[in-house]
Amino acid sequence: MASSNAHVSEHSSDAVSSVHWFWGKLDWDIFPFYDPVIFGTFIGTCILGAVVVAALTYFRLWGYLWKEWFTSIDHKKIGIMYMILAVIMLVRGFADALLMRLHQALASAGYVGFLPSYHYDQVFTVHGVIMIFFVAMPFVTGFMNYVMPLQIGARDVAFPFLNNFSFWLTVSGAVLIMISLFVGEFAATGWLAYPPLSGLTFSPGVGMDYYLWSLNIAGIGTTLSGINLIVTLVKMRAPGMTWMKMPIFCWTTLCTNVLIVASFPILSATLALLTADRYLGTHFFTNDGGGNPMMYVNLIWIWGHPEVYILTIPVFGIFSEIVPTFTKKRLFGYTSMVYATCVIMILSYIVWLHHFFTMGAGADVNSFFGITTMIISIPTGAKLFNWLFTMYKGRIRYELPMLWVVAFMLTFVVGGMTGVLLAVPPADYVLHNSLFLIAHFHNVIIGGVVFGIFAGINYWWPKAFGFHLHRGWGMLSFWGWTIGFWFAFMPLYIMGLMGVTRRLSQFEDTFYAGYFFVALIGALMIAVGVLAFIMQIVWSIYKRDELKCGDDPWGTGRTLEWATTSPPPYYNFAFTPRVYAIDAFQHMKDNGYKGRPTEGFTPIHMPHYTGSGIIISGFMTVMGFALIWHVWWLAALTFFASVVWGIAHTFNYNRDYYIPADEVRDIELKSAPVATPAE
Amino acid sequence: MAASIASPAPEGGYEFYVTEDPHAHDGHHDGDDHEHHHETGTMLGFWIYLMSDCLIFGILFAVYAVLGQSYAAGPAPIDLFELDKIAWATAWLLLSSITYGFAMIKMHEDKKNMMMFWLVVTGVFGLAFLYMSIEEFMHLWHIGAGPGESAFLSAFWTLVGTHGLHVTCGALWLVILLIQVQMHGLTHENKRRISCLSLFWHFLDLIWIGVFSYVYLIGVLL
Repeated sequence: MASSNAHVSEHSSDAVSSVHWFWGKLDWDIFPFYDPVIFGTFIGTCILGAVVVAALTYFRLWGYLWKEWFTSIDHKKIGIMYMILAVIMLVRGFADALLMRLHQALASAGYVGFLPSYHYDQVFTVHGVIMIFFVAMPFVTGFMNYVMPLQIGARDVAFPFLNNFSFWLTVSGAVLIMISLFVGEFAATGWLAYPPLSGLTFSPGVGMDYYLWSLNIAGIGTTLSGINLIVTLVKMRAPGMTWMKMPIFCWTTLCTNVLIVASFPILSATLALLTADRYLGTHFFTNDGGGNPMMYVNLIWIWGHPEVYILTIPVFGIFSEIVPTFTKKRLFGYTSMVYATCVIMILSYIVWLHHFFTMGAGADVNSFFGITTMIISIPTGAKLFNWLFTMYKGRIRYELPMLWVVAFMLTFVVGGMTGVLLAVPPADYVLHNSLFLIAHFHNVIIGGVVFGIFAGINYWWPKAFGFHLHRGWGMLSFWGWTIGFWFAFMPLYIMGLMGVTRRLSQFEDTFYAGYFFVALIGALMIAVGVLAFIMQIVWSIYKRDELKCGDDPWGTGRTLEWATTSPPPYYNFAFTPRVYAIDAFQHMKDNGYKGRPTEGFTPIHMPHYTGSGIIISGFMTVMGFALIWHVWWLAALTFFASVVWGIAHTFNYNRDYYIPADEVRDIELKSAPVATPAE
Repeated sequence: MAASIASPAPEGGYEFYVTEDPHAHDGHHDGDDHEHHHETGTMLGFWIYLMSDCLIFGILFAVYAVLGQSYAAGPAPIDLFELDKIAWATAWLLLSSITYGFAMIKMHEDKKNMMMFWLVVTGVFGLAFLYMSIEEFMHLWHIGAGPGESAFLSAFWTLVGTHGLHVTCGALWLVILLIQVQMHGLTHENKRRISCLSLFWHFLDLIWIGVFSYVYLIGVLL
């Protein structure tokens, strides 16, 4: 362990002093030959990658992928691609979690563990960054992209090309993080990279630069996507769909994207300043030259706390769609749900300081932020009661999505309550940076966001692909996650109360070994859940003919996405729906809906696919890599290339076309024109 | 609750789909028309983008507020800023906003050549501003007041530099638009693009007014 540590630090200081004009900091030392864990993974990934590339080439799928997916500006395909990205990154991020659990279990039992401390620090950093930015974010963005335009009866989002571009920028960030696993190192600073630790003095290596460029690039994509979805919601709702007739999921999408547009620029600016500190020698967050590291902590949490709600608010929307469907009742308290969402959106801006009460801003400041934090639990509680009252006297069907909702309710309430506990500043002084905090936020993010994501996947999958997800594998995944969660995080709560701090890689006392082993067992159960989820998808695709479903697969769909075919045609609706009530599709079914029109088709105006998004993002990925390794000429070249390509793109005035009415008729008449009536 | 009540059924029962051809009656865009949506959507989207950009400047202003007096034994604003030069730069930029306004008037009158003339004038004024900004930065660099000297200078260079970068992008965009208008004329798309750049240009003016008052005036006079 000591030797590899020495190796890494020696390597880092070497790299700073010698920058080759052509290769930058790149040399043979960047490959992690010194660490058997990483090197083994490296070999494994190379083989897997080679197999995938060979298979795609052998089956001649590259052209298909390029033409039908990569260049697609169809919001549904982009939504699905976001989900695929998120699943891939979930596997990576979860592998990191298993490494940490295993390492801590061993280390707490008196062994040194198998990860050198420096590597362990990178693992917990990358776990946090990946899970938030490249798992949770793509999942919720994917849902918003896929579902929202269908729910408002639109043909696509407002700026379809921008949507594709946003997606590929996110991929670009993910690619840079994945590269860091094998080429060089990642940040060892914790997922928010507080300076001065993340400054050049204490993190001279390329790890922090991977962190910065990855998030700089992905952050732009997220902001653009936020703007896009807001405009879609404001401008493209079906006629008759007033604000208070929008499905709740659309409301939560709106609030989420307002939060994105109002907080991601802060992240971008803050990270840009840190980047300037590292690259240009400025003194924003340094210890010397008048810099102020606590300013970074403030700024990053002014983004960071809204980010928590960017993840949870859409998931609340998913629950609000699922509960009425499986209780055969309309949502209890629609209006209060809307207001609760908006109140949470606003309050999420005035609580950021509760992440660092221990900064010592004083009793008055801490009380203010403590109280606002506690107030947030009121609208959240109102939502929970709304779901419960919707279920009350409802005809509840425990299909997979509904099971996830119930698991969410039970789990999330505990997480919420420990959150209120942490919101009390004096209590926070004791629990700050302890495993109690770790348990708390995993409780709300797994119990809230992740469970909601699985609920949503099981709920909308039949719509997206035309067949159900397999129930057996889904049940295994469900129980693996829900039971595993309690085993994995309850010991952390207990240890946190006993004072164990987070991010420890070595222990002098074996007292905690039992707790860490229970947590490890919990993590392994979750591993079963993750694997079962992947099996569920594979098995369902294999058995897709048996699992085939109609346009309204649950029989009780209430919103407009269930009014079109499963899967929907690329133009979504041949005729724009007219909306008269909340739960437009339910209203249609209640008022003599006789299926979609079968005549009178007109040409549909659609945008062309374009490769500009993936190409510019490709340039920017290389640019990020070049900047990380100080290969200045390449960075300049690729920056120039992306700008030129972007400008060239604006010279293309031939952006759209009409689908002829005949083609629309053929597509529409091929699918069964009559909706499945409610049972 | 009013919100949960469905709209009353129209005469002849509910029509669940828009079945008339939205393109049948050209020139008579009603609210349901797709293209119409898209048109106004771009302006709204661009406006929201400007607000997100405004937040970035907001952060830079806040950072300047926090660090603006951390001189680290280096120079202070009073030692560095030459107000008369800055006043000239400000004048160029404000003038360019007015001339952009003239260009917009000509655009609405469909007078392509006059519009292009005013856009060129706008670009020249913008470049004059940029020239003076760069000159100031060169001067500061030469007297040893680079961005790495103190937190105050870091915040100053970044705030003013980010604004300058935006103006540079705006000028580049202006040139591209001139070419595109020359190629395709005052089409609907080009008008939309010119309107977006107009918003952008005025926005940068507004930011500069903040910079001029908060950084330069307060820095030297207070």
